[in-house]
Amino acid sequence: MSNIVNVQSPLYHADFESLASVTKEGGVSLREAKLLGHLNLRGNSDSPEFKNGVEKALGLTLPLTPCTSLQNDDATIMWLSPDEWLIIVEGGQEATVEETLRANITGHFAVSDISGGQTILEISGPDCIKVMQKSTGYDFHLKQFPVGKVIGTAFAKSSTYIRRTSYDSFQLVVRRSFADYFWLWLQQSSKEYGLRITL
Amino acid sequence: MLHIYCPYCEEYREEEEFHPHGQAHIVRPLAPESLTDEEWSQYLFFRKNPRGLHHEMWVHAAGCRKFFNMTRHTVTYKILETYKMGQQPSITAEDTQ
Repeated sequence: MSNIVNVQSPLYHADFESLASVTKEGGVSLREAKLLGHLNLRGNSDSPEFKNGVEKALGLTLPLTPCTSLQNDDATIMWLSPDEWLIIVEGGQEATVEETLRANITGHFAVSDISGGQTILEISGPDCIKVMQKSTGYDFHLKQFPVGKVIGTAFAKSSTYIRRTSYDSFQLVVRRSFADYFWLWLQQSSKEYGLRITL
Repeated sequence: MLHIYCPYCEEYREEEEFHPHGQAHIVRPLAPESLTDEEWSQYLFFRKNPRGLHHEMWVHAAGCRKFFNMTRHTVTYKILETYKMGQQPSITAEDTQ
């Protein structure tokens, strides 16, 4: 028997491949950063064993300032709460990274592979800030929401993590079961600016 | 809509992200088995309902998902302070009388 599992993105049915070839123009671009490795990390940030272990495993310091994120070529680590972080790695790498974390951290901690439970939508383009402002009450001024900041908030009444990757591009970390709802919401709310699907 | 300062995210967020969770600083009895029914029911069911300052628990449900405490005026809805779990309020009803 074959052990190969065909993994599908939660937006498989939307067929972004076909849409990308027909939607060439628009003020808002949407891309699904699909099938990445998502790891949820919990631990006590006051413990030097935990902090140093994460640093050794990922080559990234643990972000301790609320609502911040750090990134290198291999991984992105986002602050979710004082004892919880989300690590995003390339798809397929999550098991190796999980093992490396387990090998390097001692003491009380938890690492969970939640790759199948959520997906990332990347929204960008000159009008994307307007779409974001329609969907959530958060202030999108650069002073309040600088590049690299991560906020957990209600987006279109559903909880999501929003990370700003540049002045006019954002990543939305959404639950798998909500992916279709977000897809419908984003189509509707970006209609007036034109929505472009990119791959 | 209330603008609430989350002591963990260290910034103001909209009320939409939060849920109230009732009276704060309720201490679980150390020896529940030695309590009378009346004392146990007081612990389980009876809550303060003051007209004025009230200390209550809130949870930042859509954000960091942490519980914290808030001192709020039940008539004006004014939030006087929010503070982390395990801390004591710096403003109490006795101070303002």
